[in-house]
Amino acid sequence: MIKLWFKSGSPWIWLNAAAVSTCMLMVVGVLGLVMVRGVGHFWPSQVIQFSYQEEGKQPQTIIGEKVDSSVMPALMAKSAGHKMADDEETLIQYLIKVGNRDVTGTDFRWIEERKILERSEPLDLMVIERREWGNFYGRLLEVKEAGNTLASGAEAWPVLQAKIVEALTIYKQIAHLEKKEIGAINYGLERLRLKQRRLQLDNQWDEAAKQQIASETAAYDVKYKEYQAQLATLYQQIRRHTLVAETESGAQVKIPLNKVVRVFQPNSMSIGDKIIHYVVKVVEFLTEDPREANTEGGIFPAIFGTIMMVMMMSVIVTPFGVIAAVYLREYAKQGFVTRLIRIAVNNLAGVPSVVYGVFGLGFFVYILGGNIDQLFFPESLPAPVFGTPGLLWASITLALLTLPVVIVSTEEGLARIPSSIREGSLALGATKLETLWLTVLPMASPAMMTGLILAVARAAGEVAPLMLVGVVKLAPTLPLDGNFPFLHLERKFMHLGFHIYDVGFQSPNVEAARPLVYATALLLVLVIVGLNLAAIIIRNNLREKYRALEG
Amino acid sequence: MATQQVRTHAIDMSSVLRNKGDQGEINETCIKVENLNLFYGQKQALHNINLEMPKKKVTAYIGPSGCGKSTLLRCINRMNDLVDSARIEGKILLDGENIYDKSVNVAALRRRVGMVFQKPNPFPKSIFENVAYGLRIQGINDKRILEETVENSLRGAALWDEMKDRLNDNALGMSGGQQQRLVIARAIAIEPEVLLLDEPASALDPISTLKIEELINELKEKYTIVIVTHNMQQAARVSDYTAFMYMGELIEMGSTSELFTNPVKKQTEDYITGRYG
Repeated sequence: MIKLWFKSGSPWIWLNAAAVSTCMLMVVGVLGLVMVRGVGHFWPSQVIQFSYQEEGKQPQTIIGEKVDSSVMPALMAKSAGHKMADDEETLIQYLIKVGNRDVTGTDFRWIEERKILERSEPLDLMVIERREWGNFYGRLLEVKEAGNTLASGAEAWPVLQAKIVEALTIYKQIAHLEKKEIGAINYGLERLRLKQRRLQLDNQWDEAAKQQIASETAAYDVKYKEYQAQLATLYQQIRRHTLVAETESGAQVKIPLNKVVRVFQPNSMSIGDKIIHYVVKVVEFLTEDPREANTEGGIFPAIFGTIMMVMMMSVIVTPFGVIAAVYLREYAKQGFVTRLIRIAVNNLAGVPSVVYGVFGLGFFVYILGGNIDQLFFPESLPAPVFGTPGLLWASITLALLTLPVVIVSTEEGLARIPSSIREGSLALGATKLETLWLTVLPMASPAMMTGLILAVARAAGEVAPLMLVGVVKLAPTLPLDGNFPFLHLERKFMHLGFHIYDVGFQSPNVEAARPLVYATALLLVLVIVGLNLAAIIIRNNLREKYRALEG
Repeated sequence: MATQQVRTHAIDMSSVLRNKGDQGEINETCIKVENLNLFYGQKQALHNINLEMPKKKVTAYIGPSGCGKSTLLRCINRMNDLVDSARIEGKILLDGENIYDKSVNVAALRRRVGMVFQKPNPFPKSIFENVAYGLRIQGINDKRILEETVENSLRGAALWDEMKDRLNDNALGMSGGQQQRLVIARAIAIEPEVLLLDEPASALDPISTLKIEELINELKEKYTIVIVTHNMQQAARVSDYTAFMYMGELIEMGSTSELFTNPVKKQTEDYITGRYG
């Protein structure tokens, strides 16, 4: 019977099906976990007011969001130092995000279910997202303008809303002035300084040059003074308004409005309000710079850096890999040496990526970059330009890392092209080069795209080598901006993969940052999927176009 | 094979040509093969071949599989150069010039000697671009010239009426027979002197085969044609001269009617009567 069953092949089919479904489960599980943990972060959860009594103490008020809960068996709780009554079987604890780090020194707090006397969700509880010190939870008391009370009590809330909109507009202007305009001036001044230094090095530092530099510097100075004056007025305006709020313990806190990102009362928000809030938060996450050591705000620079780096890598690795593969397959005499090279290339794919990072740092950054600095940027020495980790070196290092994939798949593509097509072209009087360019390479292009897809998938997920050759925790400027020459390949950049590591493990406030880790991970997956999809669509179009004769 | 003594088959070509000259004409020689030996590594594939192919006639090579007829054909446009291990001795004269001379530009030679392969091998491009390929290689990009040539070539390959509205379709969407005629159109677009056909109909159905044969009959007015075929009826139908090859040697060559009705060699007779091969 059993033998017959084995012969029928169904155990084998079951095994296959089991393997496939395990894979599916794992993929769905990973994505599901990341999604559930990451996506929920931006939803405005209810703020709860607890009346809480520790043993032998007065009842106190705790205000915050419930973040997590845990159920501990009595035995375990006892050994953890909790006093347990005999009839208690479990200890239920909640993790509450209480915020107000500036007052209490901590963002989170565990409380025990059994010590809660009362819980409620008063409508007037307010959450303030601040630029410093994390969230504030409490009640609004009054809004002040230059020290005078503008509104207090119930009237304060609408006034606060209006003033915050005002403050945010001014804040944007300030940010624009500081980052864009003054940033451009600083950039220009730095270029002038380098120009001057260059002229001095070249012994061309004469009167005319001096005057020219001086006049340009003066022009920048005039502009700078102008912006400085504008900034001063803006700062004065934004600092005029302050809000006074009461914490859970009744302490009064003054918060200037220029430190406020947004204020909301989650308990009184309708579903529609919450959805709008959610969307705004997600957009902020995708488009803004990070705040507070990357634990708040957005991750736009990291998205930008990742995509930029992957694109640079593609631009470098594709031609390089394709040319190498063409030589190996079409021109090199097939024999021992080519076989050796192929083995070496295949083995390169197995080298741990951090080794590439070390190589990139040692060779590209220090040797190549150092020499480029000596030759082309003597004026900025000893400060390095290319002799320090940056986007260019990271892209090249990753290109090297993914080169084997491109070579191997291009070679396979070239090998699959039927010789009848080549002969057909040669028989029409085409040279080998013409045959290659006009028929063979176009027909092999889907294979090249396959190589690129694999390369992108691998490169976008790499973190280890990047830490050595160009990724930083926080990059002040993007590698692409409005200052000539617009693309700054020497700059350091941010990367989603490293951002996950940094926020998850290096952050001063791990608890607060954890949802961001999931959200960033989800985004990294989405970015890779997006890049891959784009490449796959291109490949499928090419495939359709060059569908070769079968057989 | 290598141990077997190499025999020469000095066929008196002038008598052959005169034989065909029933219509009272003497044919001019287009291709002359002289003492051709070809080796694949150690193995000799062609043994001292000597033959002449007259201008604007159809010459067929027949013989069992592996007898070297395709190899001989591929020597005429130096396709065997692509095989690393192939080594050639002897001469092939095209209009009196040795094509194996060092000074010969192979690409230019192949423009003069077009070739059609056993399996249709259109490029994965549009029908128009397939036919224009040879011209584009020569640097001709004038749209008028290209259009004119494409039309003439497709007419020449009896494909124009079927395809004139589909010129921009991918050539891979055509039927096998159409693809083979497209490949012929592609070959005649660059106006070669000689057309080599390597079993052009062996992968095709009978109707497509018939069309190709009709086409060969039309094409011989303008081109010298050499065709390799397994199919003796086909050789009898389309060719003016037939060469019978066996084991890398040329056994007999003569006018097609003569060779099929009155073979000189016993091996030829055995083959055409189906006793072996």
